[in-house]
Amino acid sequence: MDTHHLFDKGELQELERQSAQQEAEVAGAAGRLPKFTTGSGSPLKRVYTPLDVRDLSYSDDLGLPNRYPFTRAIHPTGYRGRLWTMRMFSGFGTAEETNARFRYLLSHGETGLSTAFDYATLVGYDTDAVEARGEFGKCGVAISSLRDMEILFDGIPQDKVTTSMTINGPAAIIWAMYIVAAEKKGIPMAKLGGTIQNDILKEYISQASYIYPPEPSLRLVADTIEFGTRHMPLWNTVSISGYHIREAGATARQELAFTLADGFTYVELGMKRGLDVDEFVPRLSFFFNCHNDFFEEVAKFRAARRIWAREIKERFKARNDRSCWLRFHTQTAGCSLTEQQPENNIIRTTIQALAAVLGGTQSLHTNSMDEAMALPSEKAVRIALRTQQIIAHESGVTSSVDPLGGSYMVEALTNEMEEAAREYFRKIDSLGGVVRAIERGFFQREIAQSAYRYQQEIESKERVLVGVNEYVSDEAPDIPLLTDVAKGQQRHLDRLNQVRRERDNREVSRTLTELRQAAKGDANLMPLILDAVRAYATLGEMCGVLREVFGEHTELIIT
Amino acid sequence: MSKAGDSPEKGHKIRVLVAKPGLDGHDRGAKVIARALREAGMEVIYTGLRQSPEMIVEAALQEDVDVVGLSILSGAHMELFPIVVDGLKSKGLSHVLIVAGGIIPEEDVPVLKKMGIAAIFRPGAMTGDIVGFIKASMAERRRPH
Repeated sequence: MDTHHLFDKGELQELERQSAQQEAEVAGAAGRLPKFTTGSGSPLKRVYTPLDVRDLSYSDDLGLPNRYPFTRAIHPTGYRGRLWTMRMFSGFGTAEETNARFRYLLSHGETGLSTAFDYATLVGYDTDAVEARGEFGKCGVAISSLRDMEILFDGIPQDKVTTSMTINGPAAIIWAMYIVAAEKKGIPMAKLGGTIQNDILKEYISQASYIYPPEPSLRLVADTIEFGTRHMPLWNTVSISGYHIREAGATARQELAFTLADGFTYVELGMKRGLDVDEFVPRLSFFFNCHNDFFEEVAKFRAARRIWAREIKERFKARNDRSCWLRFHTQTAGCSLTEQQPENNIIRTTIQALAAVLGGTQSLHTNSMDEAMALPSEKAVRIALRTQQIIAHESGVTSSVDPLGGSYMVEALTNEMEEAAREYFRKIDSLGGVVRAIERGFFQREIAQSAYRYQQEIESKERVLVGVNEYVSDEAPDIPLLTDVAKGQQRHLDRLNQVRRERDNREVSRTLTELRQAAKGDANLMPLILDAVRAYATLGEMCGVLREVFGEHTELIIT
Repeated sequence: MSKAGDSPEKGHKIRVLVAKPGLDGHDRGAKVIARALREAGMEVIYTGLRQSPEMIVEAALQEDVDVVGLSILSGAHMELFPIVVDGLKSKGLSHVLIVAGGIIPEEDVPVLKKMGIAAIFRPGAMTGDIVGFIKASMAERRRPH
């Protein structure tokens, strides 16, 4: 065993002696704070040394880039060969307005698209549904039918640009609309690259844009995984997301543990569907948050890669390295932004983006400074994109792979992250798995507790938030905001009515009837959804049919 | 157990309905505030997500609350808040204190106040201030006229 170890035994003994001596010397010295901890609340040492990573085995625990357990990187050349994809989450108002924003971002050097949908779309209603009052275009673009999707991607080369879509409850339907929009341009589905979020588990845990109860929802996820595996080799069928878990208040540790636990559940789901692990797991991707606590975040990403690789290989018996690769998108933490002195958000976002890059992200969204108040203005989003470009081209951090690897502190934190996650896995297993734990409110309670603690720390000033509880200024924020995102509502509604008028309504009713019948059985619903989409059935109609068959989810209320 | 939420005049706890109108799933703030109000001695009923304005009015009536707190982060507040305010009035609940919070632009604040929402708590608001505002307002309302 000793031959594995990085440090000489005699040297460690001497270091131990010296460290103990210094600890005694500084023991009485008053610190600036009563305690020093990570963002997750775990104590930090004054200094990290080889003693903290004495049991680390380079080959077992780290490995070269692109070598198991992939702690350091999944690609051998890191960012030398290719930078991360600069993918800004965007969408508001009508399909026309969001199409213009997409083109604006691409013209400024963005390299991938990411679509935000409004709440009506996210939970499967047409814009004119009574439930959707007031939501049009507010948190994203409104997509009520294939016609809107065609306009959204008008003039955008869907076979060249990859597109990520933040859609969960109605993921299969929105995906089908994207596929048919490309089909109408003559682009076959096999050539489409991109991602649907399609992570329904974290909807019950945090983001709450679910529609149906867990069981039928997971059936839809299995349908999409199976369909993607068979027909769309370049598509990421699930983007297993910690982002929203974190935004809801979870710590970095909880984000890591809950997200990976969700990931394992999808692996089991695909296998239960009869797919081979190496067939579909390479197309599962991840989506993490990146908050302010720099080293903890870097450690989180490294630990995530290692845990995923180990579990996929050891527990799920993958033979293909690609199945073990944890590929991830990162978004800087929306919940870290402040309305007070909004320009400061540029600095927060820069620190977070740097941590994501040093953590080896494959794709990145940087928040705009105005996002505690509104959807981003053009200028704010350009600065956010430029932040990534400056990190990529000016900072020099992209030249070597995993430059923080080997830092005593980062390696120690990476180990701690893995241990903490494994402790949560045991807890979740003991509750009967992720779905049972959701039904019992386990995740929801854990997250609510962390959110409350975070707020208390701010109110007691134990946690300093610049411009909010310290360094406060009376000056009102003075940056122009994007306003009136709903001004195109009538245009959208007119189009929706036109679609309903001009389509072949017999074909709509035939495809919806077939969808309803199939939903009652166990056939894969994707082909039927594609047919209904081609007939211009609306989102609300398709989700309505599935609501009838599947029922609707009601949350377990926890405060 | 803190009795700080008790009204000195009537000796009953302040009853608050924390409500999430609209479709947005951002419930972090609503849950944190619900707990802070409870820990300050108030009775808190949390509606959960995706409540229509009509459901919120009905819940306020059924639960006989003193305060309704509305939370929206999607931007649908200018459409949905007026329906709640009017609904409360039409059910004879004009005495209910209405407060709101979320991503609400500064320019909407005077309009909402004029409509009858007593206070708007915007990003960065402290739960301590929210508790203080509700207690002071309730004490004011319960003072014999």
